[in-house]
Amino acid sequence: MRTSRWLALMVITVTLFACLGGTAASAPLSGKLEIFSWWAGDEGPALQALIELYEKQHPGVKVINSTVTGGAGVNAKAVLKTRMLGGEPPDSFQVHAGQELVGTWVVAGRMEDLSDLYTKEGWKTAFPEGLLNLLSTERGIWSVPVNIHRSNVLWYVPDNLKKWSVKVPATWDEFLSIAPALKAKGIVPLALGENWTVSHLWESVALACLGKDKWEALWQGKLSWKSPEVVGAWRTFGKVLEYTNQDAPSLSWQQATDMVVKGQAAFNVMGDWAAGYMATTLKLQPGKDFGWAAAPGTGGVFMMLSDSFGLPVGAPNRENTLAWLRMLGSKEAQDTFNPLKGSVSARVDSDLSKYNAYLQSAAKDWRTNAIAGSLVHGVVANERFMNDFATVMEIFLNSRNPEAAANAAQAVAIQAGISR
Amino acid sequence: MRSRRDQVMAVLVIMPSLALLAIFVYGFIGQTVYMSLTDWGQGAALALKPEIHFVGTRNYAELFTGFLNVRFRQDLVSMVFFTILFVGASLALGLFLATIIDQRIRGEAVFRTIFLFPMSLSFIVTGTIWRWLLQPRGGVNVLPSLVGLPPAGFLWLSSREQALQFNWQVLPHYVVLGAAFVLIAWGVWSAARRRFRTSALVGLPGMALLAWAVTGGAARLQLLPFPEAHGFNLALVGVVIAATWQMSGYTMALYLAGLRTIPDELREAARVDGASPLQVYRYVELPLLAPITWSAIIILGHIALKIFDLVFAMAGPDNAPTSVPAILMFLTTFRGNELAKGASIAAILLVVVSILIVPYLVTSFRAGRA
Repeated sequence: MRTSRWLALMVITVTLFACLGGTAASAPLSGKLEIFSWWAGDEGPALQALIELYEKQHPGVKVINSTVTGGAGVNAKAVLKTRMLGGEPPDSFQVHAGQELVGTWVVAGRMEDLSDLYTKEGWKTAFPEGLLNLLSTERGIWSVPVNIHRSNVLWYVPDNLKKWSVKVPATWDEFLSIAPALKAKGIVPLALGENWTVSHLWESVALACLGKDKWEALWQGKLSWKSPEVVGAWRTFGKVLEYTNQDAPSLSWQQATDMVVKGQAAFNVMGDWAAGYMATTLKLQPGKDFGWAAAPGTGGVFMMLSDSFGLPVGAPNRENTLAWLRMLGSKEAQDTFNPLKGSVSARVDSDLSKYNAYLQSAAKDWRTNAIAGSLVHGVVANERFMNDFATVMEIFLNSRNPEAAANAAQAVAIQAGISR
Repeated sequence: MRSRRDQVMAVLVIMPSLALLAIFVYGFIGQTVYMSLTDWGQGAALALKPEIHFVGTRNYAELFTGFLNVRFRQDLVSMVFFTILFVGASLALGLFLATIIDQRIRGEAVFRTIFLFPMSLSFIVTGTIWRWLLQPRGGVNVLPSLVGLPPAGFLWLSSREQALQFNWQVLPHYVVLGAAFVLIAWGVWSAARRRFRTSALVGLPGMALLAWAVTGGAARLQLLPFPEAHGFNLALVGVVIAATWQMSGYTMALYLAGLRTIPDELREAARVDGASPLQVYRYVELPLLAPITWSAIIILGHIALKIFDLVFAMAGPDNAPTSVPAILMFLTTFRGNELAKGASIAAILLVVVSILIVPYLVTSFRAGRA
């Protein structure tokens, strides 16, 4: 009788000490961690590498990879929203850094502030200031970027340009002056794909016409969409569209890139995942088989977009998620993930030897250029604006009227709370 | 004679499914309709306790008259054209196939299976196959080059051309005109059956509406302050082809079943009376197939009005020329976070489908009682 009581007491003491030790030092994590994303197919291996790294660091945690594929994230976002509304958030989910996260989840009070994590890990100096501004609001920093893609890149094949005796245009005016000659030769001056790639082209044209400061002012509601500068951007965009391929809406972005590779088109404006496609899928050599430059008129500006992960309020395994986020921001994880994904590290101290020629040049620009945020990929505008911008684009494509598009965009900006 | 115990049993047995239906179908329909009358979708729409205000029918007014909702109006028009073309084509092809197979040809079962087979695929599979076939630079468009002609260049799923364009502003005028004619026709029909009270009750308002429309009163009901052209998007032709390919076999099966239930005595009697085979088909078989046609219209019609997956797989969510309200509802709700507006589109879809289905339910209910 007595011995058993002693035994019980000892067990309790030991357990208590174990618990204390657990909070003081870092006891091994256990339980589960559910990661929600739309990364499958080409991007699957990169995510898998991150998960493997996490499992190596925290062998006690079982990682659940919840991927919802298709529709460039449309399906995943719909599933995520029903889960969040139903009070069943995943531990961490993939989201485009910036307003796509802020406008939907941060204003709704569904995300935890990560400022402490940023301070503790020294990320406030490891990430460029321009990026931190885009990730934060006055009330906090909301997600950890795992990669950086560039939106404003012009792709071409150097040998083809030499054959056609064409130079890489530095401005859209230059492009418009060389395009008619190309068109006369039966070459499509600018290859274009399905609808979102049209908006993608628009943001490069608008950035060129407005410049970085006015582009920012537009998203802060300080510059009206009806201002002459923005209407002018739509006008330039209309002229550029005249030199694109007729069958654009039926082509994927890969097929548009193919047109450049096959010599059917001279240029293509696409995000730098195109480099990954050409280098990995088509086995082309960066710099020799394909070349790149900043989209015309946007030299010195890096229009970025980023996939990031945050910490939802009520995440079932909060400690495990914090460990996941801590790992994502580390140099090791970023340099594991990005060479596979075909993007650059968000950190300014990444190990460039692990990256190919294109990514090295992009990483150099990332450290030196001014940083602007992408519209189409969720950095500068909330989801409401992004969704309705498709309608604005539709109005422009049907009417080809810059004023009509500018008016519609202003109305959308007011409804979405960007402009007053 | 039913005993009281049987009746109690019947009610008890039916209660669970009734309760489930009440909650999961009618309850949620009610909730959606309520949501459509609010402003859910402003600011922090996805908060745990979002701020929601009752705004009445503002969302509906916005959809039909707001200049930013041009895509909704075009989608509605597209849905109507798609439904008419798809149902029409499926019926025609289905009847044609059924008639041929009904000739007791050899290997009938094989053909029947072949024609019915596409129906066993999901719309996602059909959509993916046809997206490949309708690529502008491949598939169907290169067929002419097999016989030495230049390849066709039609943009099957992304053409911006429109046929049968009309101005959205004139819509109220024609709706009033149409309603007037329906009411007057109903009045005349009742009068012919000596139901004079009904005739007056519907006929007189019909005349009033007609007068209002003819004097130009209805035309002053402006939905928009500027003209807005809508029409039949030629890009939908590809979707119609794919949908017809999938569903015409099913229509054939319906018609075939109908043809097989026509007693041979009727055909023989007609032949004895000297009818040619064509006359037997035209005056005996076709009229007896009318109920099949009605069922087929209901079944195909509600599929067409709610079509989502086929278009999503064939052209993606953002291809405006092939978009339909169901896709717009999905994007508005789950991408744009405008939950109230999405609910309004859902409610409108429900009303449109009800217009098709309710008369059918009423007639079959009456037939059941008689």
